[in-house]
Amino acid sequence: MSDIAERVKIIVAKQLGLNEAEVVEDANIIDDLGADSLDTIEFIMAFEEEFGCKISDEAAEELLTINNVIDFIEAEISK
Amino acid sequence: MTDSQLLMSGKKGLIMGLANDRSLAWGITNALHGQGAELAFTYQGDALKKRVAPLAQSVGSDIVLPCDVTDAGSVDAVFESLADRWGKLDFVVHAIAYSDKEELKGRYIDTTPENFAKTLNISCYSFTTICNKAAAMMNDGGSLLTLTYSGSERVVPHYNVMGVAKAALEASVRYLAEDLGKTGIRVNALSAGPMKTLAASGIGDFRYILKWNEYNSPLRRNVTLGDVGGAGLYLLSDMSSGVTGETHHVDCGYHIVGMKAVDAPDISTV
Repeated sequence: MSDIAERVKIIVAKQLGLNEAEVVEDANIIDDLGADSLDTIEFIMAFEEEFGCKISDEAAEELLTINNVIDFIEAEISK
Repeated sequence: MTDSQLLMSGKKGLIMGLANDRSLAWGITNALHGQGAELAFTYQGDALKKRVAPLAQSVGSDIVLPCDVTDAGSVDAVFESLADRWGKLDFVVHAIAYSDKEELKGRYIDTTPENFAKTLNISCYSFTTICNKAAAMMNDGGSLLTLTYSGSERVVPHYNVMGVAKAALEASVRYLAEDLGKTGIRVNALSAGPMKTLAASGIGDFRYILKWNEYNSPLRRNVTLGDVGGAGLYLLSDMSSGVTGETHHVDCGYHIVGMKAVDAPDISTV
């Protein structure tokens, strides 16, 4: 597992009060992990802070699963 | 220091609009709690309830009440609960605002009448009605505090109708200060610099605004929750006993600046 994946999972688990093991990479953040609309905003802020990247509203709407997030951040960081 | 020497010992107050641990209201809550204040909280909707309840618990409060400021009955119920529980009130922190996110980008001139009315109602009028209800429970003076932003005084990109609402809020602080001053109740606004809060997530290009303030404020940094908490504590405690009707800037001095700092980098994109 990449370092980025690990950090994403830690952030999501902490926000939602889950064990890290429950945050699997193909999990849908809202449907499977139970995030509400405020969680999703807080995630974006936390990811931006953790990884120093910018996530636009449009990009954020596409980040449905943990995998989506990891892929997006890996792409942003390698830019 | 013993408890009785703390700035807020024996004082009871209501915090309205706390969302999470990034909230300006959380900075103020921590400062108040650290000085012995007894606190109650309101939240709007279940999504916020689950955030506010643990934060309230962490500062020793079990008074967490629902409140929709657009519903007069809901506001009345909060103050009835506090009257039952405490009988008196010493201070209120109003950290509530709303506008349709779609209108916090683009041009102010395109604001719809519906969103204008709703923004002004929630972001300005709610403080007026809350002051009215709170003042009825303040037999021994008190302090009422709302949060504003300097987009009320000068044009800030994207702030739009919220700037107009904050201008109205600051004007209402002055009128409220006059109305309530005779009974020893003070009314002030804290104008914080931009901070990365849940509310700010609705504002377009917020990252740019933060960078701009960091590069151009006299202190060359953005404000912290500690900065806001300390100033909030001052305005809510007897330390500011001679201060009312004021809009107090806690923005690292940005409000005095007229032009980009010489040493600030040009930032076309950040």
